[in-house]
Amino acid sequence: MAGIPHDHYEPKTKGEKWLNSRLPIVGLMYDTLMLPTPKNLNWMWIWGIVLTFCLALQIITGIVLAMHYTPQVDMAFASVEHIMRDVNGGFMLRYLHANGASLFFVAVYLHIFRGLYYGSYKAPREVTWIIGMLIYLAMMATAFMGYVLPWGQMSFWGATVITGLFGAIPLVGPALQEWLLGGPAVDNATLNRFFSLHYLLPFIIAALVATHIWAFHTTGNNNPTGVEVRRGSKAEAEKDTVPFWPYFVIKDLFALAVILAVFFAIVGFMPNYLGHPDNYIEANPLSTPAHIVPEWYFLPFYAILRAFTADVWIVQLTQFVTFGIIDAKFFGVLAMFGAIAVMALAPWLDTSSVRSGRYRPMFKWWFALLAVDFVVLTWVGAMPSEGIYPYIALIAAAYWFAYFLVILPLLGVIEKPLPQPRTIEEDFATHYNPTAQAAE
Amino acid sequence: MIRTITRAAAAVFALSSGAAWAAGEVHIEDVAFAHEGPFGTFDQMQLQRGLQVYTEVCSACHGLKHVAIRTLADEGGPALPEDQVRAYATAFSVYDETNNQQLFDAEKGEFRPLTPADKFPVNMTQGAPDLSLMAKSRAAFHGPYGTGIAQLFKGTGGPEYIHALLNGYTDEPPACATGDEEGYYNKAFPNGGVPDSCKDEHGHPLIEGSWIAMGPPLSDDQVTYTDGTPATVDQMSMDVASFLMWSAEPKMMARKEAGFTAVVLLTILASLLYLTNKRLWAGVKGKRSA
Ligand code: HEC
Repeated sequence: MAGIPHDHYEPKTKGEKWLNSRLPIVGLMYDTLMLPTPKNLNWMWIWGIVLTFCLALQIITGIVLAMHYTPQVDMAFASVEHIMRDVNGGFMLRYLHANGASLFFVAVYLHIFRGLYYGSYKAPREVTWIIGMLIYLAMMATAFMGYVLPWGQMSFWGATVITGLFGAIPLVGPALQEWLLGGPAVDNATLNRFFSLHYLLPFIIAALVATHIWAFHTTGNNNPTGVEVRRGSKAEAEKDTVPFWPYFVIKDLFALAVILAVFFAIVGFMPNYLGHPDNYIEANPLSTPAHIVPEWYFLPFYAILRAFTADVWIVQLTQFVTFGIIDAKFFGVLAMFGAIAVMALAPWLDTSSVRSGRYRPMFKWWFALLAVDFVVLTWVGAMPSEGIYPYIALIAAAYWFAYFLVILPLLGVIEKPLPQPRTIEEDFATHYNPTAQAAE
Repeated sequence: MIRTITRAAAAVFALSSGAAWAAGEVHIEDVAFAHEGPFGTFDQMQLQRGLQVYTEVCSACHGLKHVAIRTLADEGGPALPEDQVRAYATAFSVYDETNNQQLFDAEKGEFRPLTPADKFPVNMTQGAPDLSLMAKSRAAFHGPYGTGIAQLFKGTGGPEYIHALLNGYTDEPPACATGDEEGYYNKAFPNGGVPDSCKDEHGHPLIEGSWIAMGPPLSDDQVTYTDGTPATVDQMSMDVASFLMWSAEPKMMARKEAGFTAVVLLTILASLLYLTNKRLWAGVKGKRSA
């Protein structure tokens, strides 16, 4: 697919021509910044900028933190305290970095749910979606390993529990777990490799982000109507779009400033709000904390992991059919990764020809339920597995899978979509009155 | 050792998916500390009194190993004059001999005097935990409705927990106790042992609190405050709790200031960007038709 027609960079001076014929980098930057962008994008389209900012914030604060941090089991905890007490502005760097991870995940979840509602994953944007899922997986790995570095009780025991998941894989599990940890248990070797990978992965994320942007700059942005920008001619395309600079740059920066004001209020006034107090106790392999809870952004999938216990019939059936190879523990692990896999497959599971949820009367409700489901999973993930909680977790986990595997495929067949606007221009004109401007 | 660790790991897996929140529930009373809320600052006199309680009482068993003595002079903290800090360091005695070998002067055969550049010595007498981060590693408040938002104004409840712990000893142990328990009954301590005679048939404790290895460290008039404040147990425990909040988060004042400045600047920036954005889009949007 050719891009949306628009003006391209024309080197004017001799120097510009010289450079352009050797390395068309200015042209690349121009095209990226001046990308024709649907003019009806709403406020849910700001999260991309927030995410880019978060990545930069994490890399910059992280690089400085790494200058003062010591990845060694006897010194790691104290080196973090050294950062908090002795390094200039160190307390701010660390709190920005720790809370920055949370902001990153808030933004990514909103970004993903934006995509799920407006059908941004559908053709021709499947590759953008898949790359996005890879970014999300890399973010989870990075955050998980980062949380181990301060070497507090939750760092240690969280790492023990999560790497234990790999141990649940039949046959190769225990060997794989040992290979990941660099030994039979979480120890110095683990801390060292996690530090190394925690430093490496953000740069891989950065490369993935560039590819993500490249992909959707090729297909063009989706928009709240899901109707494509007209590409017949430049004049036609200009009726549906405005250039990214300055229109969306300014809009996105405004949104970013508002979000950062809230973010800095949290960092300044309650920086440990999202942390666990136990992580201010140095890791102790001989003392298990009363309850081990992962960071909030893992909770939805942690809830799915724990939902499938040995007394659930589907687990028992699977165990029976696979001659016990897939036991409850392994089933839970499969369910957790499966929950992300089904989301990644959404482009092929959604059979509807209509892209945006706006024009899908039934889909809307199922989607709203999915959003609620996600919140419930987050909440129940933090609750102990006793009393009513396991049942809630099981229902919520079941709905997650049902949404992607049953509801999305079925809806496309049974739902009667509402009429869509023919063009973005038409949609825009129902909200605003572009022509009246001339009279003013 | 390695075996036990892997086995512990297996146990943890089971634990995390099984019953977890079993530890005895305790009620911690809120204390209105001066350092709470977005604009709260430490009460310097209270920190100094708390330092005195720590030095004269707690330091016999507890260390403060992450805290450098020089930081007692820091602005926003106890802010002792430099010469007092120097005198303080020199007078400080090392209790725990095995864990502070770096301070041992082999030639003289004794522990060398501390200097402001030193950290408070490690002290694990009777297995007492280090107090540097105690106020941050305990949280008593999760409200309202478990959201924890209230900590914006009340803090996490760490200092309140310390205050409650030091006031949580009772003259009489609960009636269900057998008398063979090790340690001291404390109604604010959630993580200690509880005899079976004080549990229901599911193993849940029927009493508030549990038994702690630390005996009641404070009694009225145990220290003499130079500023004339009456040294009741309640007062001393509030003072030392406040001091321990400072030792856990010595840069709290700087942090709140940085946060406040950032919020103000970002609000101004956001307002300007809002106006710019409105103006910019006016040409594209025209008048609102709806
Ligand atoms: C005689 C030695 C001794 C003195 C003096 C002492 N403590 Fe302790 N403290 C201990 C021991 C031992 C423990 C461990 C208790 C346990 O885990 O059962 C402890 C534990 C604690 C705890 C941790 C409770 C928890 O939640 O795990 C706090 C807080 C504490 N002490 C504060 C103080 C303060 C403040 C003072 C000074 C007013 C003080 N202690 C004086 C021996 C002492």
